[in-house]
Amino acid sequence: MKATVLVRPKPGILDPQGEAVESSLRQLGFAVADARIGRVVDLEVEASDAAAARAEVERMCRQLLANPLIESYEIELQ
Amino acid sequence: MSASGPRIAVVTFPGSNDDRDALDALDLLGASGVPVWHAEKRLPDVAGVVLPGGFAYGDYLRCGAIARFSPAMQAVAEFAAGGGLVLGICNGFQVLCEAGLLPGTLRPNESLSFLCRDVVLRVEGADTPFTSRCTPGQRLTVPIKHGEGCWFADAELLAELEAKRQIVLRYEQNPNGSIGDVAAVCSEHGNVMGLMPHPEHAVDPLLGSTDGALILEGLIAAARAASPPLAKAAAPV
Repeated sequence: MKATVLVRPKPGILDPQGEAVESSLRQLGFAVADARIGRVVDLEVEASDAAAARAEVERMCRQLLANPLIESYEIELQ
Repeated sequence: MSASGPRIAVVTFPGSNDDRDALDALDLLGASGVPVWHAEKRLPDVAGVVLPGGFAYGDYLRCGAIARFSPAMQAVAEFAAGGGLVLGICNGFQVLCEAGLLPGTLRPNESLSFLCRDVVLRVEGADTPFTSRCTPGQRLTVPIKHGEGCWFADAELLAELEAKRQIVLRYEQNPNGSIGDVAAVCSEHGNVMGLMPHPEHAVDPLLGSTDGALILEGLIAAARAASPPLAKAAAPV
C-alpha cells in the first residue's frame, strides 16, 4: 500500500528556508504572503488493510519521520 | 595519552570530524581519551562519554535523527540513565536532543548561513559537572562552527528548563536565533550536557582561547571522581 507523509513546520516555528523562498518569489514578482517548507515522504507499506497501514505509518512518524516539538504530520493512504 | 587520567570515550559516527580533536583535548587536559566506533554495542570501561562534532549518518531527515538509533547510542543512553557523564558537542548536542536525552531540538540557523567564529558565552549555571570550573556570570570565548545551531523549545518547555536551572550557557550575542540565547542545556540531573560551541577547539593559546578547557576540565574532574563509573547508581536522566 502506498502512503505519503507530509511533514510541516508547526505554526509559529521560525522557518528560515520558507522566508528565503518567500522573498525570492516576491523578487520574481509573485504576490506571496507566506511560504513554509516541509517534507514529503513517499512510502510503500506492507500491511493487511488501510487501518493497519495507517497505524504503522503513525508509529513511523512518532519514532522518526517527524519531531513533535517542531513538526506536524499528515498521513495520506492511496 | 595520560595513563593515570580518567578514561573518557569519544564516539565516532560516520561523518564525525571533531572526534580526533576531542580525543587530543582530553589527553592534553589529563584524561585518557578512548575512541569508540558507532557500531559498538557496548561502551568500554569509561567514566564519561563525549559525542563529538561534525556530522552523523549524513544527518538525513534531521540532524542526529538517524545517529540516535546507532548501537553505540543505545549504550550511551543506558550509560546516561545510570547517571553516567555525557557531553555532546555540536553534532553531539543534536544527537542527544534527537535521542531525548536532552530537551529541545536544533534547527537551521536563522540566517541560513554556516557560522564559523569565536563567540562569547555567559555561564548561567556553575553547578553542573561540566561547569564546576567556572563561576556564574563568567564569560568564555569559544568558537562555533555550525549550520544548524538554532536551539528551540516552546515557551512552556523553556520556562520549565529555566525553573529547573537546566540552561547552562547563553550567548552574549545570539549568533543563530536560539530561543533564549541558549548555547548549552543539561539534563534534569545534570549528568548530560550539550552545547553548540566547541570547547575542544579552545584548549591551547595557539588556537586563540583556552576557555574551552574549563568545560572539559569540569568533565574530567567529575569523571575522575566517578571512576569507576557512576553506572548502575540510581539517578536516571
